[in-house]
Amino acid sequence: MLGDFEVVAGVEVHAELATKTKIFCGCTTEFGGEQNTHVCPVCLGLPGVLPVLNRQVVEYAIKTGLALNSEIAEFSKFDRKNYYYPDLPKNYQTSQYDLPICLGGYVEIEVDGVKKRIGITRVHMEEDAGKLVHSGATISTSDVSFVDYNRTGVPLLEIVSEPDLRSVDETVAYLEKLVQILDYIEVSDCRMEQGSVRFDVNVSLRPKGSDKFGIRTETKNLNSFSSVRRCMEYEIERQAEILSEGGQVIQETRTWDEGKGITLSLRSKEEAHDYRYFPEPDLVPMVIERKWVERVRESMPELPDSRRQRLLGLGLSAYDAGVITSSRDLAEFFDQALAKFKDAKTLANWVMGDFLGLLKAKGLLVQSSPVKPEGLAELLTLVENGTISGKIAKTVIGEMFETGKGAAEIVKEKGLVQISDTSALAGIIDEVVNSNPQSVADFKAGKERAIGFLVGQVMKETKGQANPGLVNKLLKEKLETM
Amino acid sequence: MDLTQLTAHELSDLLARRETSAVELVKAFSDRIDQVEENVKAFNILTRDKALEQAAKLDDKLARGEKPGPLEGIPMALKDNMCTKGVPTTCSSKILKSFVPPYNATVVERLAQAGSIMLGKLNLDEFAMGSSTENSAFAKTRNPWDLERVPGGSSGGAVASVSADEVVFALGSDTGGSIRQPAAFCGVVGLKPTYGYVSRFGLIAFASSLDQIGTLTKDVTDCALVMNVIAGHDPKDSTSAPVDKPDFTKSLINDIKGMRIGIPREYFGVGIDPEVDKVIRQAIAKLEELGAVVEECSLPHTEYAMPTYYLIAPAECSSNLARYDGVRYGYRAPESGDVVGMFKKSRAEGFGPEVKRRIMLGTYALSSGYYDAYYLKALKVRTLIKQDFDQAFEKFDLLLSPTAPTPAFKFGEKSANPLAMYLSDICTVPANLAGIPAISVPCGFADGLPVGLHLMGKAFDEGTLLRVAYTFEQNTDYHKVKPSLGVK
Ligand SMILES: [Zn+2]
Repeated sequence: MLGDFEVVAGVEVHAELATKTKIFCGCTTEFGGEQNTHVCPVCLGLPGVLPVLNRQVVEYAIKTGLALNSEIAEFSKFDRKNYYYPDLPKNYQTSQYDLPICLGGYVEIEVDGVKKRIGITRVHMEEDAGKLVHSGATISTSDVSFVDYNRTGVPLLEIVSEPDLRSVDETVAYLEKLVQILDYIEVSDCRMEQGSVRFDVNVSLRPKGSDKFGIRTETKNLNSFSSVRRCMEYEIERQAEILSEGGQVIQETRTWDEGKGITLSLRSKEEAHDYRYFPEPDLVPMVIERKWVERVRESMPELPDSRRQRLLGLGLSAYDAGVITSSRDLAEFFDQALAKFKDAKTLANWVMGDFLGLLKAKGLLVQSSPVKPEGLAELLTLVENGTISGKIAKTVIGEMFETGKGAAEIVKEKGLVQISDTSALAGIIDEVVNSNPQSVADFKAGKERAIGFLVGQVMKETKGQANPGLVNKLLKEKLETM
Repeated sequence: MDLTQLTAHELSDLLARRETSAVELVKAFSDRIDQVEENVKAFNILTRDKALEQAAKLDDKLARGEKPGPLEGIPMALKDNMCTKGVPTTCSSKILKSFVPPYNATVVERLAQAGSIMLGKLNLDEFAMGSSTENSAFAKTRNPWDLERVPGGSSGGAVASVSADEVVFALGSDTGGSIRQPAAFCGVVGLKPTYGYVSRFGLIAFASSLDQIGTLTKDVTDCALVMNVIAGHDPKDSTSAPVDKPDFTKSLINDIKGMRIGIPREYFGVGIDPEVDKVIRQAIAKLEELGAVVEECSLPHTEYAMPTYYLIAPAECSSNLARYDGVRYGYRAPESGDVVGMFKKSRAEGFGPEVKRRIMLGTYALSSGYYDAYYLKALKVRTLIKQDFDQAFEKFDLLLSPTAPTPAFKFGEKSANPLAMYLSDICTVPANLAGIPAISVPCGFADGLPVGLHLMGKAFDEGTLLRVAYTFEQNTDYHKVKPSLGVK
């Protein structure tokens, strides 16, 4: 389908910042709430009100810039972006135009084992708009529309990439990585289902080998990776069809119809808004002191890439390291457990296996897990020092999820302590050997595997509480004397 | 003794000595309003019941022996573009006729804390755009000195109410001369403070980078007293200067010996009325006699001030007034179809012609393709105008000019010609562009109409302005002459 064309894409990401209050007033940024209850005269744009910048927003923008390898501007200002829409109480959005807080930077992605740097053009701060609820399908076909201004003034970062993306996979990898970084540095909740991260995707095609850009379309307001993937696939096919028939793509803004899986024209270049940007006279320009930037730099958490490298250094597989660092919460969980239980590979196996499995089965997030990092470390220590067997441990972790009790407590209550007492095991071993002459004969005849059956029988007799290593050793000694 | 003719400091003395009461004051001014308001038409709304309640409470306090603060119990009123909780705030516009703010402007809070008593809200040119108050959607306020003439604008109601003794003082706002030009036309003292000295929170914006709330008083002492209450940093206004406020009354010194006063020749150019010129020259001679050192000087970019102002102010206005769309509050045109129709019709019916003109000018100046040639260039010229002042203030303590090139003009005289109207602010606009303080004080009469002396000072140096204005006032009697409230 793509034929001789090459994809050129760039993305604008809007991420709501996780500040407690809005960007220019003291209202809460909490999601939901009765309509128009998280509002005040300032975010409602009543006559005569003035904005006061939330310093935390600037700090989060600096943090993001540092994480994206951007240059943090020494001098930055806000501008007004003027356009009329009922969800915008002042009919202008306070945003940043020619002097954004962060310039340049990059995100490193890996697709099919190939690493690539995707350039960041800029990062700027702005305020979110409200939400419209229509009685019909759209604002123009509805008898009534309602506006909820709870979201108005929630701080946003707009992160603009260079047109460096050359495929759908690269685009999705870039977005996943970007969201992962925002999550790591804790500037955004990244709750995509609540619309706290939104994507505008620019796509164009050009003949392979060409260094000129083709005519692009921009599809606005996608809110999941899968929508981005489907939308891009659709848009690439649409444009390829036009171009291969000798036609021309129209430069325009399009919208994504999730249900139908198609993009639709929203407005052409000619109909594009003239936003009449000008410096926001109600806010003073910002001089961002280097001391501040350095303080933020010192407080930066370890980012996904370096964390992944560290885990690889501990002997984890690339796959395991990737899964564990995929979210900050899981990576934090792993590190906290690792502080108490040093065998990284064993820990990784448990985290990736039983822990994530049980979480998923219960529909829980890492941070709400009843099993804490210390709890998992305690359990694995019991296995390591031979108190319980690995098999028993699997039962114990299930119990831990159910009851929230500690590993040692459960082991003690249920009497699950492994039998490591030679004398206690000798009698059982004698019994098993006596009642399984055929297996004994097989072993004697050189069938080493027969011992496995005998070990299994001993474990069965001890309800799994015997130390399998010890049983193995004692059995061998017994058989050799026979 | 007619209480309504007295100043705030005189009335405060009477209150302190219990020779009058707050209720008596409210009643006296209320009677005066009944007597003259029909001719003056200064008020959009009166709040006399609330005022009486407040006055009665204060009198209880005074009866317990407490001493009143300097503005406590003093009747005043506010230009109707300052938000007052629970009291309609209209900007004299149809579009905000029904708007009742749920909060107070910072200046309103500060005056309330000081115990001043608000008698009502005062007429203005719609959204403070105009120089005659003829652009009000509600009424034409008249000049108490000649009822056939305009009071000036845009704070026409505020100035007329003080001039006609309907209140002791008023607050106005000044974007290009809206306090000083009408103060000159009606013979009162009008101060536009340094940009950032008085909080703009709750002042309904016309042009944010130029708007400044200021005082309209019967003398310079009252001006200092009101500034003591309203000036000072406000965390709700990011452009409010983080400076300590002095006691402005400390500047009321009757001595200007050695004070260096510059006379910028560009302010005495074409268009200045010969009678006004004569009165100003006499005032200059008076200041010299009092010991000031006066010298002519030049502010070379003055001729660009008007075009600069008429790009920056409308540009900001076009954005500031975008919020009046009929969605949340204010006027919504009925039967307007879809949402775009509602925007268009509500704004078309809600705004008057001058406001529309400025929204169009500003929208044009900010449009892509025109931005660099108009708005951006205006910002650069604004910097040059500031530099003119910086240079002049290296040599002079303050600069002097007429407040307006002519005395008050007749209704309709300039309303058909917007450019002629704009030129009545030619002497006042540069101070707004530079953000510096400027005051207009009565300095004589031209053909029986008041003339204002305009003094411009360094940023945050209101002290020098007050000192010179006070000295001039102490050595002249122009501020004591009362208007006839008749027709000349
Ligand atoms: Zn708010």
